[in-house]
Amino acid sequence: MIPFTTLTGIAAPMLRANIDTDLIIPKLFLKTLVRTGLGRHLFAELRYDNEGHEAPNFVLNQAPYRQATILLAGPNFGCGSSREHAPWALLDFGIRCVIASSFADIFYNNCFANGILPIALPIAAIEDLAAASGPLTVDLQAQTVAVAGRLHPFDIDPARKASLIEGLDQIGRSLANLPAIEAFEARRSRETPWL
Amino acid sequence: MSPGARTLYDKIWEAHLVEIRGDGTSLLYIDRHLVHEVTSPQAFEGLRLAGRPLRRPKAILSVADHNVPTRKREAGIADATSRLQVEALEANVQAFAVPYVPLLDDRQGIVHVIGPEQGFTLPGATVVCGDSHTSTHGAFGALAFGIGTSEVEHVLATQTLPQRHSRNMRVHFEGSLPDGLGAKDLALYLIGRIGTAGGTGHVMEFAGRAVRALSMEGRMTLCNMSIEAGARSGLVAPDDTTFAYMKGRPMAPAGPLWEQALANWRNLPTDEGATFDRELRLEVGDLAPQLTWGTSPESVVAITGQVPDPGTAPSAAEREGILRALEYMGLQPGTLMEDVPIQVVFIGSCTNGRIEDLRAAARVALGRKVATGVRALVVPGSGLVKRQAEVEGLDRIFLEAGFEWRQPGCSMCLAMNDDRLEPGERCASTSNRNFEGRQGRGGRTHLVSPEMAAAAAVMGHFTDVRRLLEAR
Ligand code: SF4
Repeated sequence: MIPFTTLTGIAAPMLRANIDTDLIIPKLFLKTLVRTGLGRHLFAELRYDNEGHEAPNFVLNQAPYRQATILLAGPNFGCGSSREHAPWALLDFGIRCVIASSFADIFYNNCFANGILPIALPIAAIEDLAAASGPLTVDLQAQTVAVAGRLHPFDIDPARKASLIEGLDQIGRSLANLPAIEAFEARRSRETPWL
Repeated sequence: MSPGARTLYDKIWEAHLVEIRGDGTSLLYIDRHLVHEVTSPQAFEGLRLAGRPLRRPKAILSVADHNVPTRKREAGIADATSRLQVEALEANVQAFAVPYVPLLDDRQGIVHVIGPEQGFTLPGATVVCGDSHTSTHGAFGALAFGIGTSEVEHVLATQTLPQRHSRNMRVHFEGSLPDGLGAKDLALYLIGRIGTAGGTGHVMEFAGRAVRALSMEGRMTLCNMSIEAGARSGLVAPDDTTFAYMKGRPMAPAGPLWEQALANWRNLPTDEGATFDRELRLEVGDLAPQLTWGTSPESVVAITGQVPDPGTAPSAAEREGILRALEYMGLQPGTLMEDVPIQVVFIGSCTNGRIEDLRAAARVALGRKVATGVRALVVPGSGLVKRQAEVEGLDRIFLEAGFEWRQPGCSMCLAMNDDRLEPGERCASTSNRNFEGRQGRGGRTHLVSPEMAAAAAVMGHFTDVRRLLEAR
C-alpha cells in the first residue's frame, strides 16, 4: 500500500447526500478479476450518457476537475454495497482523499485498506472548501485541510492514521501474532467444539 | 443497569477476542466465512502473490450467485465476463481446497440464503462475507457483517480481522403486525424513521413482541436490511424458533454436540439490565404496508400515503435531494402511491427469496392473473427453496397467474446477469436497494414486501395488499 502523508491537489465537489457504491462503480464493472483499470468507469452512469459519450455537465468531465485528487461530498458517502471496487475505482482515477460530512462504515474501512484517506468534516467546512478556487492541501500528520490560508482541522483514529502514514501491511501485522491465533483456536476447539 | 450485565453483541465480541491491541482495535476470530464470485478473486490473487497459505479452508462456504443465469443454466453462462468470474471462483476454491456448492447443485443459491439453510450459520458465531448483506445471518444471534475484499484476504490468511468495537443499539418493535404485513414492512418502517445513516457505527439488536413472533425467514429479512439503516450488523437473540429451524441442518452440530451447543446458545441473549448506547421503541400494531418512492431505502411511505412534496422539505439540500429523486423516478409530488403504475415485478433476493416469502406472495397471487403489460419474475433464493416451493405447488400458483418461475440467484436484485430493468421501467421489488441504476440503468425501483409485490403484479399498480386479502 502506498503511504499517505500530505496531498496537494484539486478537489472536485459532489455535495449530494448518500452517494452509494453502486453509483461510484456500477455493477457492470464488478466482473473484473483485478484491482486496477476501474478509473475510467468511476461514476460511469453520471459521467457518460447512454451512448457512452461524456456528459459535459458532470463535474469530473470539466476542467480542472479531470485532474482531481480529492473528492468533496455530503453525508453518508459510500453507503450500500461492500464492493471494494469503489475505492479501487477512485484510486485508479487518481483520487487519494475523500472529504465528506459522514461515511458509511464498510466504505470507510475499505479506504484505509487502499491508501485512501477519508476525512469527515462538518458540512460548513466542506462548503468552504468547495467554494475555494485552487488546490487544497491535506496534511495527515498535522490533521488539517488547508485552502487559501484557512485551516480546517479533522479527527482521525490514531491507529488508522499510523497505518496510512506507514503504508502498513495489515495481514502481516496479524500474522505476526500467529501464536495468539493458534492458542485461541486450541481453546476454542475445547470449549465450543461445534464451531 | 446491572453490573456485569452484557448485551448479546458484547458476549459474542468478548468470546472472539484473540488480542486486544493498545490502539483501540482488537483482533477478532472469525468462525464462518462465506465467499462468492464477485468480491473474492482479488483476495485469492493477493494470497497467491504474497505466497501465503489459506489458514482454515473448512471455515469457508463458497458459491456463485451474483452472475448466474436464472434461465437454462444447464446450457452454461453465455456472458463471457460472467463466465470468467465464475470459473475463477471454481479454480480458486479448487486450488485452495475450499468447500464449494457447484452451480448446478440443488443447494446452490444466494450466499445469504444457503448459509443458514445448510446450518453453516450458527448462534454466537462470527460470520463474515465480502458482501454487505452478511448482516442477514444476525437473525441467528451470530455477529455477522460485510467486509471488503482486502478484509476477505485478511480472513483467508489469518482467520481473524482487526476490528473496533461498535456501539450497542436496540430497536423494540412493540405490538403485533396486522395480517398482510411482515418483516419487510418493519425494516422499511425503521429505515424511513431513522434514515440510511441512522445505525452507522452501531450493532443493532431487534427485540419486542413483533420480532419474537417472526419466523427465521422474517428475522433474516429484518437483519438483512439493517445494513440499509447503516448498522454494522443486525442481531436477534436466539430462541426456540431459532433452534427448531437449525436442528438437523446438514452443517449444524448433531447428537451430543447439539446438546452442548444448545446449552451454550441459551446463554447468549442480552442479560436483563444490560445497557445500550441507544434504544428505540416503535409501535407497529397498526402499521400499513410500507414501500419506497425514491432512490434511497429511507424514502419510505405507507401505501396509504403519497409521493412527497419537495416544498415541505426542512432544508435546501433535502429539497434538492427530493427533486433529484422525483426526476429520476419519474414521479409527481402528491400522487397517491396506489395510483403509481408498475411494469415489472421482482420477487426474490437475499431479503425476500426464502420459502416463507414465496408462500406469502403465492397467497396473494392464488387464483389471480398478472396484469396485462406486467413482467413478473419469481426467483427463489436457492435450489432448495425452489424445490420446497415446487413440493408445495407454489410454482403452479405463480405460473398459472402468469409469473415467470426462475432458477435461483441474485438476479434482478442487482442485475449482474441478464435479468434487468430497461431505462424508465418501474419495478415493485422485494430486494433491498432502490439506488439509481441498481436494477438496470435508468430503472426505477420501489422496495416492497413479497405480498405487496404480488399485489402490484396482479393490479398493475401499487395496491394495499390488505384489501386483496380481505377480498378472499
Ligand atoms: S440478492 Fe442482492 S443484495 Fe443479496 S447478495 Fe445478491 S446482489 Fe447482494
